[in-house]
This record gives sequence, C-alpha cells and structure tokens, in this order.
Amino acid sequence: DGLVRGNFVECTVINLLQASELCLSFIQDAMLQKQWKRAAEFLTFYVESLEKDFSREPVGASEIIWRIGSEILRHHPDSSVKEFNTFIEPMKTLSVKRYLKVCLEHAFYLLHNGLIDEAYQNLSLAESWRFGEQTVIQDKELKLIQAYMGLLDYYKWSKQKNILLEDGKCFYLSVEQEMHSCFRKAAVNLKEIIKIPGVWDQFVKCYVDMLEFYGDHNEARQVLNEYAYNPKFPANPNAHVYLYQFLKRHGESKKSLISVLKILHDIVPSHELMIDFNTMLQKSKKRKRRRLGLEVIFTALDYAGCKENVKAWSCLARQVKQIHLAWIKQEWNSRKDWWPAFHFSHYLAKKNWQENESLSYEKALVAGILLGRGNTKFSFLFTT
Amino acid sequence: MEEKEATRDFNERCAQCSEVNWGLTDGGRFYCRSCHNVTEKITEVENTDFTSNIRIQTVSKGLRKQEKTDGGCEWYVCEGFQFVLRKQAEALEALGVCPQMKDEVLWNFWRCYLQKTKQAYCDRPAGETVRPLSVCDSSTDVDSDPERLSLLYSSLSESEGDLQTDCSFVSSTSKVSESTSVRSRSGSVDGSLYLMKNPKEKLRMTMPMTLSFCYMALLWVRETMTLSELLRFVFEGHIPYLNVFQHFPEKMKLRGPDIKIFCVESWPSYEEVFNKMHELAAFLDLPRFPDITDSCFLHPDMLCMKYLMEANLPDEMHNWTCRVVKKTCIGEVDFLTLVPGNKSTRKVKYDVLAAAVIVVTTFCVLLISFTCSQPKMCMFYSDGPYFELKKWYKVLKCTLDVEQKKLDERRAKYLWRCEKPLFYSAKKKSKVLKRRQIVVNLQNQFGRLSGSVQPAEKPNPSSFQLSWSEENTDGSCFHGHSLKGILQEKRGLLTAMNPRYWLCTLKLCNEKLCGHLAHYGEADFPQSYHFVLRLFSFLLRIEPSYIHDEVCMIEHKLFNKKLRKKTKYKTGPRK
Repeated sequence: DGLVRGNFVECTVINLLQASELCLSFIQDAMLQKQWKRAAEFLTFYVESLEKDFSREPVGASEIIWRIGSEILRHHPDSSVKEFNTFIEPMKTLSVKRYLKVCLEHAFYLLHNGLIDEAYQNLSLAESWRFGEQTVIQDKELKLIQAYMGLLDYYKWSKQKNILLEDGKCFYLSVEQEMHSCFRKAAVNLKEIIKIPGVWDQFVKCYVDMLEFYGDHNEARQVLNEYAYNPKFPANPNAHVYLYQFLKRHGESKKSLISVLKILHDIVPSHELMIDFNTMLQKSKKRKRRRLGLEVIFTALDYAGCKENVKAWSCLARQVKQIHLAWIKQEWNSRKDWWPAFHFSHYLAKKNWQENESLSYEKALVAGILLGRGNTKFSFLFTT
Repeated sequence: MEEKEATRDFNERCAQCSEVNWGLTDGGRFYCRSCHNVTEKITEVENTDFTSNIRIQTVSKGLRKQEKTDGGCEWYVCEGFQFVLRKQAEALEALGVCPQMKDEVLWNFWRCYLQKTKQAYCDRPAGETVRPLSVCDSSTDVDSDPERLSLLYSSLSESEGDLQTDCSFVSSTSKVSESTSVRSRSGSVDGSLYLMKNPKEKLRMTMPMTLSFCYMALLWVRETMTLSELLRFVFEGHIPYLNVFQHFPEKMKLRGPDIKIFCVESWPSYEEVFNKMHELAAFLDLPRFPDITDSCFLHPDMLCMKYLMEANLPDEMHNWTCRVVKKTCIGEVDFLTLVPGNKSTRKVKYDVLAAAVIVVTTFCVLLISFTCSQPKMCMFYSDGPYFELKKWYKVLKCTLDVEQKKLDERRAKYLWRCEKPLFYSAKKKSKVLKRRQIVVNLQNQFGRLSGSVQPAEKPNPSSFQLSWSEENTDGSCFHGHSLKGILQEKRGLLTAMNPRYWLCTLKLCNEKLCGHLAHYGEADFPQSYHFVLRLFSFLLRIEPSYIHDEVCMIEHKLFNKKLRKKTKYKTGPRK
C-alpha cells in the first residue's frame, strides 16, 4: 500500500497536463482489460487535449488519439467499418507528417475486413497526395503504399487468371488484356519495393508468379537470386526456399539445387526441406555428397522439430544401414552423450510404440545400429 | 475633473423632481442625484490642469470609435477580476455564507486593494448607462458609482505630487493601448501592460488571488468554511473559477493577453492561496482579524470534532484532542487569530492543524500498532462495543480506496474546454475552430460507444465527504465505540496502555529556508502513519507532507519539556 498509485502520485494540485496523463492511464488500463466501453468513455474526455496540442512533443495528443481510437474501434462490439471510416478521415488531416502512415493503416484495416476495392481506392488516393517537402520525407510510406497497390493488382490479376484457366481453351481477349494491364501495374510497384533491402516474401512470390506465367524465367531467376544472395538483405531462409522451388520447377541441375539447399542447411538445419536434401544427396555418386547427406540428416534430427518425423528417421535408417561405419562414428561421437536421452529413452520408446508404429520401427532400426544390438531399451521390439 | 466643479455651474432644475442636485455618470452625463434621472447634457473636458487626463481622454476616444464595430467596450483587467469576485461571492452566498461577507467585507477589501495598487485612476468612458459592475447589491449601485468616481478622482488628487511618474505610466498605457488596438480590436485596455508589469511589485492580481480574497473575507467573518473546503468547492464546480471568464458580459471581449490572465489551466494549490492571502492582508494594512475563540468553527476543538466524525473515529477521542490542544496552547486566542504583517507568529492553517492534532492524539492515545496484540473478538460490554484499530483500518482503507478512485476519475474526466473557443490571434482562429469541430465530433462518436454511461454529475455541495451512520447494521460506524479496550484505568484516570511515544523528528527545520518543518520520507515511517496521513490528505486535498509538518510542530510543543531534558526519547521508526 504505497503512496504512489500506478505512475501517479496522489498529487493534490492538478493542471491540464496531469489530468490528461491521468485520463490516459485510465484508458490504457481499460484497454488492457478489454473494457472497450470504459476506454471509449475516457477517450471522450482525453480528446480535449487536442485543442491544446500545438506542441512539438514526439508523441503528441493527436497521435495518441489516432492510435487509441483505432484500437478501440477495432475491438468494440458496436463498432463498424463505417464508424472507423468516419473516425479516420479527420485523423489524416490532423497531422500532415503522419498523413501517409494513417492512410496505410486505414488500408490495412479495410483489407482485414475484406474490403479489397475500398482499400485499393484509399491507397491510390494516398499515392496521388503531394505536399511539397513532406512527400520527400514520407518517401518510405509512399513506397509501401505503392507496394501494397502492387499486391492488390496481383490479386486482381490472379482472380482473372483463375477465370481464364477454369474455362480451359476458351479465349477471353478482354480478360487477358485486363490481366496484362494488372500485371504491368503490379510489376512496376513490386519490382521497386523488392529493391529495398528487407523482407518481402509475399511480394517476391507474387512477382515471380506473374513472371513465370508470362514465361520470363530469366527475370524471375534474377529476382530470386538477388533476394537470396544479396548481402544487403537480411538473412532469410524463405528466400532460399523460393529459389530452390523455382529451380526445381524448371528442372535445374542437381548441382544448383544442392548449392541452394546447402545454404539453407547452414541457416536452418532443422528445415523440413533437409529431408529432401538428404534423399537427393544419398543418391549421389560422389562421396562428398553422401557424406554431407549423413551430416544433414543427423543435424536435422538434433532439433525437436523432427523428433517424430517418420520420413526423417527412415532416411537416417536407410543411410546408416549402408554407409561407412567410420562416418557413423564421426557423427555419433558428438551425439552419443545426449541422443539416447533425447530420442531413445524408455518413456519415448513406449510412447512411440503406442502412438506411431512406423516411427517406432524406424527409430528402433537406427537405435539398434547406433546403440548396438545388446541395448536393452529397444530390445523388446526385436522380440515382437 | 472634480465632479463638484463640473456640476457647479449647472443650475437647471431636474425635469422629474425639480431639484438641483446634480452628479456625473461614467460617461460624463449629468444625472439628478435625487431621482436618478439621466439627462442629455454631457460635460466637456476643458480643464487643462491635468494634462495626463487629456491624454487619457484622447486615447480612449480613439479606441471607442474602433471598438464599436466589434460590439465590445473598453474594460480594464481589474474590472474583469471584479466580475470574477462578484460571481464567486454570489456562489458562496448560495452555499450559505452570510451576505455580510459579500456586501461589506469582500467589497471593502477589494476597494482597498484598488486604492493601494492605484488601479483606479484611469478614466473609463464606458457605455452611456450606469453599469452595475460593482460587487454591491444593485440597490446601492447609483450611490456606489459616484463613490467610485470620487474614489478615482481622490486618488488622482492624492498623486498630484507624483504627477511625473503618473504621467509616464499613463503615456506608456496610451502607447500600449494604441499598439494593442492595432493588433487586437478589443480586449482589455491594459492587458498586455498588465503582463509586462513586474509580478512581485504591488501584488499583481491573479486568478488564484481571487480565492485568497474570498478566503480572507471568510476568515474575517469567521465563516464555517476552511480553506481546504473552499478549494474543494472550487474543484467541484460550486464556486466559479476555471471558466468564469466565459460569463463576462458580452461587451467585455477577451483577446491575447487577457486569455493568459483569466484563463488558467490548473487548480490553485492550498499553499499558494494561503500564502497570497497573508501577503494581501499585510499589503492592505489590515488590522488584527476578529478573534478566533473556542466557540468558533475554526477553533481546533470544533474542527477536531468534525474531522473525528468524518474519519469515523470514536467520539470519546474528542476529550483527548481537547487535552492535546490545551497542553500545547494552540487553542489560545492569540495563537489562532490572524495579525497581518506579524512575522514572528506562525501562520495558522486551521484545517491542517486540527488534522495534525488528531494524528498526534491517535498515535499518543491509541498508539496505532498493528503488531500490538489486540483481542480478536469484538468485545461487547453493557456500554457498547470497544474500538478496534484493525477493524477501523479495514473499513477506512476500503472506503478511502473507493473514494480516491472516484476522485481520480473525476479529475481525469474534468472538461477543461470552455464553451467559447479562445483565439490568441485572428490567424489562429480558423485552426482553432477546425480543431474544435474535430473534438466535438470525436466526443459524439466515442460518447455513443461508451454505452449508457451517465454524465458525471456535480456532487451536491456538502461539508462532509465521508459520512458514517450508526444505523448501519454492518457495524462500520465507530463513533459510539468506547476506548476502554485501549486505555486502562489507573487510579481512576484513563491512561494509554503504553506510555512511551515515538517522535517523528528530534529537531525541526527552518520553514523559511527549506519550506518545510520536517521532511516526510516514505521510508522513515511505518504504514500505519502513512495511512493516517493519507486519509487526511484525501479529506483536506493537501499533500501529506504539510500535515506532517504540523504534526511535528505539535509534537514538539507537546513534549517540549521532555525534549529539553534530552532524555532517552528516541527517533526513528515507530512500532
């Protein structure tokens, strides 16, 4: 029972600033407890601060009201899209520095509610906004707006593509033309955004999808290569996955596939593609590759994600049956202390047997080889 | 210009009553003193003796032309404050304060202030009619105006010796007026000049000072309202303060500097109002205030009774508080009565003093100690239940938490916005209006989403914030409880079970140097002490540290002899 309540000392003198902060703390409490009506009630009083908000504070009243108001309207049971739209328009004009950001968030809200066309309209309206220096300063938001427009154009294109494909041989010239125009619009924007170092998974996928459709494989490969290998971009396992999938689709050589998956193995050793990778490497004629395969599958099973993966275990089982004992020993050396407890405990043995017979079988095979037949843990399996 | 001089030569008989008894209105028209009939005859300013006077006249004539387009009139800042005081006094009267306070005491104090600060020497050619902008009843208006005029003229003649300085003041006024008239069409004549003045010089009037005036008047008539109550009524909206300027007469328009003067954005603090009141009393050269005797509401015995009731403490404790008061001599007339300008006596905060007495008594007599063994069962004897500290604490804590939360919510919800938007300049007008519209729309929208929430109603004005009824069956009222469980009979006298007492502090600080008598640190005192202070802090709406100061002061008076003996009284944490 201290004298300080929350972050507010029981102060007897109150001025406007303190009253606002107190009001804000009530709003925040209500929101954290999902009491939307109560939050709305206090917000009606907090908005008073708008009239005094001509300050240069980093987060002023107008921004707070925008964010809090949006949040309340997203969750309030009596709220609607109409309510939100009514609310958001003045928020856009309240601060010129935030104009594009508010527009973008508004578009997200509309997309979240499935209103694709409205979202598109909003985005294109925002895109055409010009305000002197501000347009330059808010360059990033503008690019994002364009990127999302590109995404929505892709969405339109995609719908039309489905129409086209559904009817098979039928030739709809108008649909094709419209499709192509969507493609052009989308391509421009998507190409721009993926130039900027960042994570643009969805945008890349969509762009590549369109390029493949129109047969521009070179451009597609270039885009994927850039996305995966440009050092300015953050390390992104998905980039390599996309590249791999593309190369596989186009029947690229095993060499190129392996080089891509090798990098993925380095970044995310537990990735599910590692199983495919192992299968590929096992079949190889080169010793080095087969050795790599063993390493890959062992490493994959080091992680909890693959513990109950039957395919992983069967791969491992297949390899250890055929492969050099020396190699197995090399891999097992660093694992013999903890793999038994991790994979081959009594408890797990029983559990696996009850839940998944094939898993149990594969594991038993591996265990038999790794732990030796004299091992009692799985011995009961061999007696059945 | 002397009124008598001006009317001397006018010997016509009054059209209504046939008397020859002429006076001058503000606008310089002749009116009959007997029947108050205003004529069309206007005086002419021919007298060139007072060159300063002419300057004022020409300046104000010029302004008047401009102002007519705005619909406003000329007004001075002190008139604005006069209006505020009038409204506050009316509100106080509505709360039950005696009319004498408003009609005589407050008005006299204000007049005295105007004289002392020489604000009442600028001529003011207002509207044609006699404007009742005085604090008095309207029935005495006509009389008061010539009074006021003579007041104005008398101070002019008084300052004949200082004509030089007065001239310079006037000329600077005219300069300012001209420049302000260019920028802001209306507003007060001396608004910007007012702000430019050195605030320490001559006790410049501010909004918090209006409350100092009120309190001073209340004290003079020894009303049953403490300063903390007054401030609470202000907060609750029963006494106009924050947006009172909105109710200025239509003609008194506010611009620029006026907004800074009259539009305040914070509640006044007890300390500020209190200190200013004392400064004011000294500045106005007031004599010794009417005595505060033991039959007065403000006497600690009386206030203790009230606060004991509110704090839900047993009535029996009153005997003990009286004993403490007597022993420390703080009930003496000379201690309690205000003598303005006397720097040697300590200024008395009646409400805080009474609260401190209760705190000291509580710790002395009841020795709040939650580790102290107390019977768990409530003991009922033929004369009623015994007072149990733990039970009291539970009830009070619960209530206090609820009330504090309500108070916090009310504070958070306070609508600072005034109905008429204010503009500092014409440029900002459109921006302000736009924002206003946005705010209104947002309030409508979220108001609907608030559900069926009742708008925060003004609580009814009440002297008591917490009330306890003995009729409650849940036994939450402790008034009738007996202290017998805590005190014990010793040779026929009731004394505390544990005769030791732990002092808050051994040595008092110098209040003038560091602002406090003692320092209230959280770590130094146990939760029980914090709680009791918190309770009174809530009731009086004052920081706990001020109550702590008074507690230390009383302790030192109480244990004066023992302290001087320097025996084994320890300081430090109480049990």
